[in-house]
Amino acid sequence: MTSVMGYAYYPGCSLRGSAREYDRSAQAVCERLGIELLEIPGWICCGSHPAQVRDGLLAVALPARSLLNVEGAEEVLTLCPSCFKSLKGATLKLERDPELRERVNQLLGSDYRGGRRVRHLLEVLASEHSEELKSQVEKPLAGLKVVCYYGCLLARPKEIVDFDDQEDPVLMDRLLELAGAEVLDWPYKTECCGMSFALSKPEIALRLSGDILAMAKEAGAECIAVGCPLCHANLDLRQREIERARGLELNLPIFYFTQLLGLALGASPEELELGKLMVDPYPLLRGKGLI
Amino acid sequence: MRYLLSKEALRSELAERVAEESGQELARCYQCGKCSSGCPLAEEMDLLPHQVIRLVQLGQVEEALRSEAIWLCASCETCSVRCPKGIDVRGVMDALRRIAYERGLKPREPGVRWFEELFLQEVRRRGRLWELGLAALLNVRLWRPFRDISLAPKLLMKGKLALRQDEELPDRKGLEELFERALKGKGEGEGEGEGD
Repeated sequence: MTSVMGYAYYPGCSLRGSAREYDRSAQAVCERLGIELLEIPGWICCGSHPAQVRDGLLAVALPARSLLNVEGAEEVLTLCPSCFKSLKGATLKLERDPELRERVNQLLGSDYRGGRRVRHLLEVLASEHSEELKSQVEKPLAGLKVVCYYGCLLARPKEIVDFDDQEDPVLMDRLLELAGAEVLDWPYKTECCGMSFALSKPEIALRLSGDILAMAKEAGAECIAVGCPLCHANLDLRQREIERARGLELNLPIFYFTQLLGLALGASPEELELGKLMVDPYPLLRGKGLI
Repeated sequence: MRYLLSKEALRSELAERVAEESGQELARCYQCGKCSSGCPLAEEMDLLPHQVIRLVQLGQVEEALRSEAIWLCASCETCSVRCPKGIDVRGVMDALRRIAYERGLKPREPGVRWFEELFLQEVRRRGRLWELGLAALLNVRLWRPFRDISLAPKLLMKGKLALRQDEELPDRKGLEELFERALKGKGEGEGEGEGD
């Protein structure tokens, strides 16, 4: 029996929109591993990259407003790497800079003194739950050839991602190996997918994401595991467009790593919302006898 | 391009401002170009990252602020991880963008400009971002209303996009004031309605 550990959970906007399956599958994994997620009441958008490049004060005040609502837990857990960067970055700045803390408190009419620890699920699972994960695998992902794609924000910057290597991160690889998958090495783990350029300058995102997909194919992968809603949108949603533009057949299902872990832990495809993926993962999973 | 170097430019208030806003000591950069060689956006940029740094070193901040490069940085941080002198190059690019906004300069890339403006506008109004709303507003702003429209039916069918933001929104009390006070005097107000 695993003991229950509670975290204040910050889902973020994408996990309640285009990345609902990331939210659902992470909840399924946490439930099975005895990790309790208490959603932060009244959380607001973290401001993400647009706030960071617009104004330093705003970029800290937005996450701080959500952190002030944390109740009943010492640590905050999040899944979207962009939210993770904003929230953790804000806590670090508030701790180090008393003058900034004062300005933020004035702006929010609050008395925030810091002390919140913001964590990413990837690191929580790898550092504290790998034993349970290993022992609870019901359906090993045997023979599933997968490459792990971390993108920029699950690898960098060092100040935020202080739990993995910046050029060659391995935590997702380790977790999926525990789940029985055949994790392949490849050189594009941390290449940039083009981020929000998918909307503002699509040709850039198509070029960068196309390079990543082509390299995964070349490395012999049958699918890619990701941990970021933006990376997911660029690689999954845009894959047909990329195939057409390059005259390539890719057909690479893009899973959230939590969907693959959930599958190994015995969760159903419905619970993991595999049907939400644009590149149909069912033929591959059926072929491997995983569903 | 020729630049007139002077003591005044090297020690200008604006150069100080970049150092302060980025927290970086740019004199440390010895122009090895490693940041530019690893930059995934380098081929789209008018100035390469190490050239932007060089301009700031020489006090030519206005020139850096006028570049397209600062708006094309994806903040992927490859440069910052690899800099042999430990300079957070991405942090300098971000700082230049904030200073550009502060001085009322708009992004040279209309797509980037509207993405950032509409994103923050949505957050300001609703407290959370509604992705479909942002994509639709952006496409209208950029005069390409039908971009990606072929993806819409499948996305809606899969429940990946809600037609409306149907979840309960957070308490927005004080949010408008938060934005207003944070952005006061920082190029705020002249945004919407202006041409590109």
